[in-house]
Amino acid sequence: MSHNVLDLSALELREAVASGELTAGEAVEAYLDAIERREPHLRAYNEVLADEARAQADQVDAQRRDGLPMGPLAGVPVALKDNLCTPFGHTTCSSKMLADFRAPYTATAVAKLRQAGAVILGKTNLDEFAMGSSTENSGFAPTCNPWDPKRVPGGSSGGSAAAVAARTCAAALGSDTGGSIRQPAAFCGVVGLKPTYGRVSRFGLVAYGSSLDQIGPLGRDVADAALLADVISGYDPKDSTSIDRPVGDFLAGLDRPVHNLRVGWPGEFFSDALDGEIRSAIEKARDLYKELGATIVDVSLPHSRIDTDAAGNLSSYAVACYYIVAMAEASSNLARYDGVHYGHRTDRPCDDILDLYSRSRAEGLGEEVKRRIMLGTYTLSAGYYDAYYHKALKVRRLIKNDFDRAFEQCDVLLCPTTPTTAFALGEKTADPLTMYLADIYTISVNLAGLPGLSLPAGVSAAGLPIGMQLIGPVFREDLLLRAGRMFEKASGISRLAPPMVQ
Amino acid sequence: MVESHDIVKPIIGLEIHVELATATKMFCRCRNHFGDPPNTNVCPVCIGMPGVLPVMNRVAVELSMKVGLALNCTVPDFTKWDRKSYYYPDLPKNYQISQYDLPLNVDGHIEVPLADGSIKKVRILRAHLEEDAGKNVHDNPAHTGVDLNRAGVPLLEIVSQPDMNSPEEAGAYGRAMQRLVRWLGASEANMQMGHMRFEPNINLHITRGGVTYKTPIVEVKNLNSFRSLEGAVAYEINRQYSEWLGNPDYTLDKCGKQNRGWDDVRLQTVFQREKEEAHDYRYFPEPDLVPVLVDAEWRERLRGQIVELPLARRARYMGEYGLTFKEADALTQDAPTGDLLDAAVAAGADAKRCTNLLLGRGAAIANERGCSIAEVGLSAGQLTDLAKMTDAGEINATAAAKLFDKLAAEGGSPRELAQAEGLLAVRDESALAAWVEEAVSANAQAADDARSEDPKKRKKAFGFLMGQVMQRSKGAAAPAAVQKLLQEKLGL
Repeated sequence: MSHNVLDLSALELREAVASGELTAGEAVEAYLDAIERREPHLRAYNEVLADEARAQADQVDAQRRDGLPMGPLAGVPVALKDNLCTPFGHTTCSSKMLADFRAPYTATAVAKLRQAGAVILGKTNLDEFAMGSSTENSGFAPTCNPWDPKRVPGGSSGGSAAAVAARTCAAALGSDTGGSIRQPAAFCGVVGLKPTYGRVSRFGLVAYGSSLDQIGPLGRDVADAALLADVISGYDPKDSTSIDRPVGDFLAGLDRPVHNLRVGWPGEFFSDALDGEIRSAIEKARDLYKELGATIVDVSLPHSRIDTDAAGNLSSYAVACYYIVAMAEASSNLARYDGVHYGHRTDRPCDDILDLYSRSRAEGLGEEVKRRIMLGTYTLSAGYYDAYYHKALKVRRLIKNDFDRAFEQCDVLLCPTTPTTAFALGEKTADPLTMYLADIYTISVNLAGLPGLSLPAGVSAAGLPIGMQLIGPVFREDLLLRAGRMFEKASGISRLAPPMVQ
Repeated sequence: MVESHDIVKPIIGLEIHVELATATKMFCRCRNHFGDPPNTNVCPVCIGMPGVLPVMNRVAVELSMKVGLALNCTVPDFTKWDRKSYYYPDLPKNYQISQYDLPLNVDGHIEVPLADGSIKKVRILRAHLEEDAGKNVHDNPAHTGVDLNRAGVPLLEIVSQPDMNSPEEAGAYGRAMQRLVRWLGASEANMQMGHMRFEPNINLHITRGGVTYKTPIVEVKNLNSFRSLEGAVAYEINRQYSEWLGNPDYTLDKCGKQNRGWDDVRLQTVFQREKEEAHDYRYFPEPDLVPVLVDAEWRERLRGQIVELPLARRARYMGEYGLTFKEADALTQDAPTGDLLDAAVAAGADAKRCTNLLLGRGAAIANERGCSIAEVGLSAGQLTDLAKMTDAGEINATAAAKLFDKLAAEGGSPRELAQAEGLLAVRDESALAAWVEEAVSANAQAADDARSEDPKKRKKAFGFLMGQVMQRSKGAAAPAAVQKLLQEKLGL
């Protein structure tokens, strides 16, 4: 039984629980068992909430016994990135600073999952405060890629992506500031959706770059991503930046193909920087769309262009712009972790309050977090603001304008999610700049506030998943998901199973 | 101390922080209330926990706009929030949500009444909204406590142009602002509760031999009384001049701007150690809040809610009600007192009579209780009855004063109270005639004097006899009727 349960998608599992074929209790036990067996090789979870999960599953089963209406996620075991606040368990952001932190409130997205009947299995690992692209910046331990334990799962939602791929949860939530859902989804061979900025409430998501952060789902196929997106979307009076506009029924419309789909092909994204296997996988996807009746339109995103200098170093306006905006916001968002009101406080005697701040922060925050706080503080400083932050805002506007123009000619953009497949653990930790370039294709989507979907486009010769990215106009997640579903169905590339679960 | 050949002109600007009288805080639903036990009005938002978000209090924005409009400010179509960064234990997020380059109100002015009756126009640079910080509590030598009840309370910062030139003008400006924000219901502006705090900027323009020298601009931090405001400004004027006399390099060019504190015990400003580096607040747009878009409809609706302001009302009282400047000024110190007068007049009472009642016993009781005249407790109806009864001769002025005190203490109906207390004027001819008869026969000399050729003597004697009659009636006789009878009796 347990083997079968783990093979079910979230949608199938929901149906099985709703029909009585399976109890939520059985489902949760199957997953807890899988976690026990696979976690030692993965370290995807910071905390497994077995007791909570069992109690929540019991509640679902009791609801069914009593003939009460079942939510759209009733009995579905879900994992949460550990920067989403939960009133049970800890919310650590994989930082020593918050190692013991328990939130007295619930993130709106989590509350919506719970209301829909989802069972929360636990909190997954991430790069500390979501700052990173490999999960190696976790303040606790790195997570391994289920396809190859010597490789990174991507990041920052690496724990969530690895858990979905390894079948140690049915689906998961992550957060995406510059690619943190899509890049690990690509590296782990799962589907990840970064919704339009404002689509999902950020209340209870520990902030990194507030103008870029969005919560989104990771699932084994497009339908699961649509199912979770339906549940977590919507206006929230607790988040002024969430948008009050009707939430589409993403799942219900999913299997309706997009007629006369116009697929935009941004030439700038297919430079020499791109891995050959990935290029050919995306080209195959393009050809498949053509076969399905879509028109391919060449579009240009000049300000998202990726340049390579004589020495082979990559550069991009979007990456530069992103790191200025995100780090500036991060330097301010993380100022509150000072050891005064909560979180880590130094044990060493302090001379004064400044000393207490410095020591507590020096001890509680990791290297990458400190680096970003320092860079962000620098770019916001008097005399530098105009040269950096203000200029970055202008570039951000130009990047957005490029996308607006492109969407006058096409419905969705097709491009890679990442320039390479999953890299080896330790490969890029010595050079943060190289690490930053792992997000080269995803970053401009956050800067423009657009929805982006990453889904598997194949597996490389080395046996690593390749991700493709679909980008849509604001609030057109429905188009992205339908276009993604068209590809998934026609290509048969779906629910990729890494060797460890085969 | 000014050397005879120097012309010293103090240049004073003022930043005033006003806590708004909203029910809840600026960005969360916690109670905005002074004096509760420490850390009882707090929530995850105002103590800056991870992952929570601010939500703007619309009432605070509207109160701020009303103050701005009353200050003749422009309220722009687009205004936004910014983060101001600094580390301090009473600031839980280590940044304050404020407004930097696009404040809610810009470019206004206020007319400040001065003691001599003249008006001083002071220009307003801006008035922006922000959240207040909490308070560090130093009540234990072993540690410092932090009370976050005040953290997140809406704070309006009103910045004037350097248009004031004396401590008295600075004080008058502060008082005019206090009256205005109370008038609009924007703040209780209670100094003891820290609802209003002042930060004056002071320097001197000293002209000697046709050359003007400017002393450094000194900002005195965190003054919380009018006394300390005027004291600090006066102290700084003298101190800066003395310092300049002793050191010609003590100029704005060479020394820049400086901060000083105020010692409330020794009544002097004190040097504050300058930070190694200049304060850099690293302002940037607050990404957790959307900009505030103000359309004409919203702006005009708020403008429509602004009632007649103090100086306009004062002028109306002098023109329409025929009050003296002093009377009109006294009745326009707060809005409810004038509202009381206007309501009584609208109900048919005489304005001058009401004014006498309000500024007589009303002001006296208010002074005893330390409250406003309106807060003494008389309703417009009671005031109207009292004024009308006095004018109709049903009660005399002494009785009216007595009734005023009774009403203020116990309430009730003026007419019933007058009856119960036997204060209704006696107009019964036979009773009055008897008292007149007694008074005249007991004071033959006065009766003679009252018929004398000397008008002075005559007037004095008549007044004396009037008093004798009133005394016999224990103050209850209707004076007009007594006068008439006494004249008849004396054959005048």
